[in-house]
Amino acid sequence: MWKTIVRRFLLMIPQLFVLSILIFILAKFMPGDPFTGLITPETDPSRIEELTEKAGLNDPWHIQYVRWIARAVQGDFGMSYTFKRDVASLIGERALNTFWLSFLSVILLYAIAIPLGILAGRYHNSRLDKTVIFYSFFTYAIPTFVLSLVFLYIFGYKLEWFPTSGSVDIKYEPGTLGYIWSKGYHIILPAITYAILGTTGVIQYLRSEIIDTKAMDFVRTARSKGIPTRKVYSKHIIRNSLLPIAAFLGFTITGLLGGSIFIETIFGYPGMGQLFVSSISSRDYSVITALVMLYGFLTLLGSLLSDIIMSIVDPRIRIE
Amino acid sequence: METDVLLRIKDLHIGFRINESFYNAVDGVSLTLRKNEILAIVGESGCGKSTLATSIIGLFDRSNTRIQGEILFKNKNLATLTEDQLNDIRGLDISMIFQDPLSALNPLMRIGEQIEEGLIYHTKFSSHDRKRKVLELLKQVGIQNPNRVSRQFPHQLSGGMRQRVMIAIAISCKPKIIIADEPTTALDVTIQAQILDLLVEMQQETGAGIILITHDLGIVAEVANRVAVMYAGEIIEEAPVKELFLYPKHPYTRSLLHSIPQMNSYTNRLNAIEGMVPSLKYLPRLGCRFSSRIPWIRKEAHEKRPALHEISPGHFVRCTCWKEFHFNKVKGDGTYELYAN
Repeated sequence: MWKTIVRRFLLMIPQLFVLSILIFILAKFMPGDPFTGLITPETDPSRIEELTEKAGLNDPWHIQYVRWIARAVQGDFGMSYTFKRDVASLIGERALNTFWLSFLSVILLYAIAIPLGILAGRYHNSRLDKTVIFYSFFTYAIPTFVLSLVFLYIFGYKLEWFPTSGSVDIKYEPGTLGYIWSKGYHIILPAITYAILGTTGVIQYLRSEIIDTKAMDFVRTARSKGIPTRKVYSKHIIRNSLLPIAAFLGFTITGLLGGSIFIETIFGYPGMGQLFVSSISSRDYSVITALVMLYGFLTLLGSLLSDIIMSIVDPRIRIE
Repeated sequence: METDVLLRIKDLHIGFRINESFYNAVDGVSLTLRKNEILAIVGESGCGKSTLATSIIGLFDRSNTRIQGEILFKNKNLATLTEDQLNDIRGLDISMIFQDPLSALNPLMRIGEQIEEGLIYHTKFSSHDRKRKVLELLKQVGIQNPNRVSRQFPHQLSGGMRQRVMIAIAISCKPKIIIADEPTTALDVTIQAQILDLLVEMQQETGAGIILITHDLGIVAEVANRVAVMYAGEIIEEAPVKELFLYPKHPYTRSLLHSIPQMNSYTNRLNAIEGMVPSLKYLPRLGCRFSSRIPWIRKEAHEKRPALHEISPGHFVRCTCWKEFHFNKVKGDGTYELYAN
C-alpha cells in the first residue's frame, strides 16, 4: 500500500507540470497586465513600460515560464504585484482563514445532513421525509448570494447577533484569547450559510442510499437473525449507505482550502476565494498561478485520499 | 399427531400494493410442517413461493404488503405480530437461508461477526463463549479453517463456503424451523449436492423442520419428504414425495415433470409448458388458474371454484381438470409433443 501511495505522489509530478504550463499560458493570454490598474491620468506611460520591463513581462512566455518554474520548485512563488508581498505567505494567511471557515462549515454540513438523510431514508414517504425533501430542494434552489444576504441582513444587520464582515476584530492582539474568540465569532454566520447551502447533495445521496440498502439481501439476512431494528440500521444499513459519502471525503478534506467566492465576498471574509477573484481581476499573475497550482495539487491529493479512505472503510477495496 | 406439528399456515393471503390497490401474490395457502420433516414448495418463478417463505417470519416491506390469514407457531399467529415480537422468534425459533449467499452477507462485516450477531440477542453466552461457538459452528458446517474464515470478509470466500456460512448462521441458535429459499440455485452443480447433504445432515442433527423452496424437481426428489406444488399463488397439489413423482395428478405437476429433460429419450426439443404465469395484476381470480395454459381441455372439466380434494391419504389436488387432462399430441415414438399453434 505504501508503495502505491509513493507511486501516486510521483505520478503527480508530470501532471502538475502539464498543469503549470497550461495555467501559465492561460494567465498570460488574459488581456491587460498588473500595471494597467495603476494608471492614473498623471502616470507617465514610460514609467509603466519601465515597470513592465523590470518585471520581465516583456520577455517571451517560455522564458518567463522557466524563470517562474525554477523558483516555484524551490517554494518561491514570487511577489504579489498588487499586495507587494511574498505570495507564499499571502496565500498561507488566507488559506488559514479559509481553512477554519470551511472546517466549521463541513462539520455543520455533516452534522445537519447525515441525520436528516438517515431519517428521511429510514422513514421514507413519511411526513418527515417529505419535510426533509422540501427543505433540501428549497436550499438547493435558493441562490448562494440570496441566502447569504438574507442571513446577513437578519442576523448581522437587524438583530446584530453576528459581525457583518472581516475575519477578526482589529482591537485584539494576535495570539490572545480574545483574538481567537473573535475569529471564531466571525466564522459562525458564513459557516452556517455555507453549510446549509451544501446539505442538499449529502441529504439526497444518503437518503436514496438508505432506501436502496434497506431492500438489499444482506439486510433481509440481518432481519432474519432477529436482531433489533435499530441494530439492523446501525450495523448494516447505515454503514453500507455511508460508503459513497466516504468516497467524497478525500475531496471534501482537500476542498477545505478552496473557499467559496460568493460567501467570502458577501461576508467580506479575507479567504482564498476572495483572493482568487481579486488576483484575476488585477492580473496578479504570480498569485493566480500559485493558487491554481495549489488547487490542482489539492484535487490530485483529494483523489488519492479518497482512495485511501475507501480502502480503509471497504474491505473489498485494496490499494495494490 | 397434532403434537409434532411445528407450523400451521391457514388460508394465507399476501398482497402487494400496486398503485393504491393490493394484489395477492399468495392466495389462500394452507400448509402444515411437522417435526423432522422436509417440506418442499415447488413452482416456477413468480408463483409466490418465495413470498410465502419470507412472509412466515414477516420479512416484507410492511407499508406495501397486506397479510391475511394465520401462521400458527407455538400458539401464536405470526401474521399479527409486530416487528419486535417477531425478532424474538426470528433466528431463534425460525431461521432462513437465502438464494444468493454473496448478496445475503454484509460485505463490510467479518464472517465471525455475522454469525455471532444472532447469538448476541438470543443467548446469554459471554463474548468468549460466543467466539468459541462461532468456530464450532463453522467447523460443523464443514469449513476446514474456522479461525481464518471467521476473520475473513464474504468476498474472500467461494460461493459454496458462503452458503455454508449462511447455514451456520441459520443453525446458530438451534431453530425449530429452517426456511431455505432456493439455497442451491446460485451454486455450481457439484457444490449444490454438498450443500444439500449438509442441509439434510444439519436437519437430522437438530431435528428441525425444513421448508425448502425450490424450482428444481431433482432436489425435491432427493431430499424432500412432502411436496407442495404452487401455481399462481395457490397450492395446486400436495403429496408425499414418492406419491407425487409416481402418481402426479394435476396438469401443472404433470407438465412440470414432463418438462424435465430425459437422458434416455430421443426427442430433440425440450418439453415446455405453453404460455407463462399471468402477471400479478392480471391473474384470473376465478376458476382454474391453470386453464389458460391447457386450452385443449374443455371448459366444463374445470371447477367453477377449484378446491383442494384429497384423492388418496395425504394427496391433495386442486380442481377436477386432472381427470380429463392429457398431453396435447402424441408422437410416433411414444413421447409427447406439446401443443403448438
